[in-house]
Amino acid sequence: MASLPAEPVQEQTVRRVAIAGNPNCGKSTLFNALTGLRQRVGNYPGVTVERKEGTFFGSHGEPMSLLDLPGSYSLQIRSPDEAVARDVLLGRLPGVARPDVIVAVIDATNLERNLYLVAQMLELQLPLIVALNMVDMAEQSGVLIDVPALSERLGVPVIPMVATRGVGLVALKQALSQTSLPAPQVRAPLPTLLESEAQSLAKRLAVPPEVALPEAFLLLTLHEEALKELAGHSAEVLDAARSAQRTLSDAGLDPMTALVEARYAWIQSVCHASVSKPGDAALSVSDRLDMVLTHRVWGWLAFLGAMGLMFFCIFTVAQVPMDWLDAGCVWLGERVGNLLPESDLRSLIVDGVVAGVGGVVVFLPQILILYFFLGLLEDSGYMARAAFIMDRLMSRVGLHGKSFIPLLGSFACAIPGIMATRTIETRKDRLVTILVAPLMSCSARLPVYALMIAVLIPGASALSKMGIMLGMYALGIVAAFGMAWFFKTRIFKGETPMLLMEMPPYRMPSFKSIALRMLERAGIFLRRAGTVILALSMGLWALMTYPKPENPQASRAEALAQSLGGRMGHMVEPLIAPLGYDWKIGIGLIGSFAAREVFVSTMSTIYNVEKSEEDGIEPLRDTMRSELRADGSPVFTPLVCIGLMVFYVLAMQCVSTLAIVRRETNSWRWPLFQLFYMTSLAYLAALIVYQGGRLLGFQ
Amino acid sequence: MTAAAPEILSALGVGQKGRVLGFDLAAEQRQRLLEMGLTVGVEFEVVRFAPLGDPMELKVRGYHLSLRKRDAACIRVALI
Repeated sequence: MASLPAEPVQEQTVRRVAIAGNPNCGKSTLFNALTGLRQRVGNYPGVTVERKEGTFFGSHGEPMSLLDLPGSYSLQIRSPDEAVARDVLLGRLPGVARPDVIVAVIDATNLERNLYLVAQMLELQLPLIVALNMVDMAEQSGVLIDVPALSERLGVPVIPMVATRGVGLVALKQALSQTSLPAPQVRAPLPTLLESEAQSLAKRLAVPPEVALPEAFLLLTLHEEALKELAGHSAEVLDAARSAQRTLSDAGLDPMTALVEARYAWIQSVCHASVSKPGDAALSVSDRLDMVLTHRVWGWLAFLGAMGLMFFCIFTVAQVPMDWLDAGCVWLGERVGNLLPESDLRSLIVDGVVAGVGGVVVFLPQILILYFFLGLLEDSGYMARAAFIMDRLMSRVGLHGKSFIPLLGSFACAIPGIMATRTIETRKDRLVTILVAPLMSCSARLPVYALMIAVLIPGASALSKMGIMLGMYALGIVAAFGMAWFFKTRIFKGETPMLLMEMPPYRMPSFKSIALRMLERAGIFLRRAGTVILALSMGLWALMTYPKPENPQASRAEALAQSLGGRMGHMVEPLIAPLGYDWKIGIGLIGSFAAREVFVSTMSTIYNVEKSEEDGIEPLRDTMRSELRADGSPVFTPLVCIGLMVFYVLAMQCVSTLAIVRRETNSWRWPLFQLFYMTSLAYLAALIVYQGGRLLGFQ
Repeated sequence: MTAAAPEILSALGVGQKGRVLGFDLAAEQRQRLLEMGLTVGVEFEVVRFAPLGDPMELKVRGYHLSLRKRDAACIRVALI
């Protein structure tokens, strides 16, 4: 800050603009309207909050960089997302320069609450431009805002906008292109004693002078435990903060209450001078919709209908493009296979890379559809209603209404589900949701269930197949809720945090915005498929290939048995024998650690190929059914089949999920714990099914 | 201003209006309520309850906010 950079500061240095605002204020819509496709998603250094950046051009064509800060209600943090917004604005985050100017997006239909964050940002001594969004909706609901008066009271430019239709973009760009952007001079007046204590505390802080006062406000409002946990300030400063807090409370002033109330009092005077409400007698459209959508009967029907539609699309509509992708992978494998001579390299590319990565990429349509629905639910405002309706049930096991969506998303794939936990404010709730999310049956388990049901009952009717399938889903749901309850009552004790959720008015979602988000998710997913999953597929291929059998004429099944993976199958045999599994199933279990559906292809390698030379290719199902143990009894008895399905419901066999949990929790501790508890649970349940079933006289 | 007897927020029914008198909550939770605009003296209206009876939804400062009855039981209000 004090020392100048080595090279001379150029006049045309790119201006850094940050967009800040409450959730649901249209922040992302404005970001998309400004940047279009010139945006990218990354991570902030050291934290797992997403960092959305882009570029746009000012009114003179000059490029500017745009940072979309996570939505937050206050600079006083509650969630990791809010912490990032605060840290960027205070210039605390290493590697992220403090922005040159803030665009504060506020929702014109909800001015008072939205202005709270603005009141805090005015204290930051950064140039600020207010984007007064959704002025059309405010007008419709009878709220008239005198923009010049609002601008005068706030002491900063106010641009009326309708971001969804691009209204006001030109004026906003003009405001951002001004050569000099003065820092705001107005802020909420505070009680004299609070102001003087904050000023003197600010002087003692070892931070750049322009952020000292807001830092002092944050320190003054921290309660004792939070002060203790705080790193980065010297003990001397903390003592000063404590003594200032004492001085204030001796004077009958609770610093936190006084500060919030002073800001809101000021906001009320601002609104009084600039907003006129001719009366809101008529029920708004939103209220009328809510009378149906949160109704005792219709509300549930609408909720079940919405969820049903989403699942229908994920499992049936997605099937069509998934089949194309699958066929594409097979085609690619064959083409490459024909091009290359028979060699390890060919095997690596065809069996390792194409089959491994392809097996995961196949799920892309499901993930896109899931994100389409999540976007629709989020942007229309229905998500908050879903949480509102489900909160009572979720709170039974100590979870939050907001945990519902991540768990729901985990039916498609635990990875987007776990990524969706970021909206959960409290760390404990978020962690518990992450820990149980992979228990929901993801779509990668479907092929395994389908195979095992076919082996169990070869000519099963569609209805009985569906029944067994639903049973497996139900088991996953019961296990997830049971474990959540267990974690919340045994491990993460402490009172359930409070639910405080804004219910935004219903809005027409912007399909452009949803499409952009789907594109962004697809990019993230494919990048992971190209890196982590590629590496894992290659590693697993090596495990299943090396060391090679000495006899070059050995069949593929013999080679597999010979390989390290095969030997590991033998090694775990004593461990899995009590579940009724032999070493071949052991190989399948080890192989499916990269991704569960690999079980099917591993099984087909083990069984099908073993006999293909003599008997021709039988369907995998029949081979598995006719597989005998040394004593002549069948391997895949009903109990083994059911036990195996139960094992797959409960076991953590997904390296990609473990990797994402590691990223989201910032330590190996939780993914390892998750691996341990889920595998133990799966083992125990499969043991009970097999041994218990045998005791009861089943096979 | 009539001096109505203090009540707790969770005891109110749909359509009832009130004013916040105070909180019996820990500092951290109080702060969250305050920052969401539920400050002492602010007026609100109970809009609805969720289909299972909990949480409840309020209209305060021109927007809708939902909270659990358990937490609402710690907010003292006066009917208006």
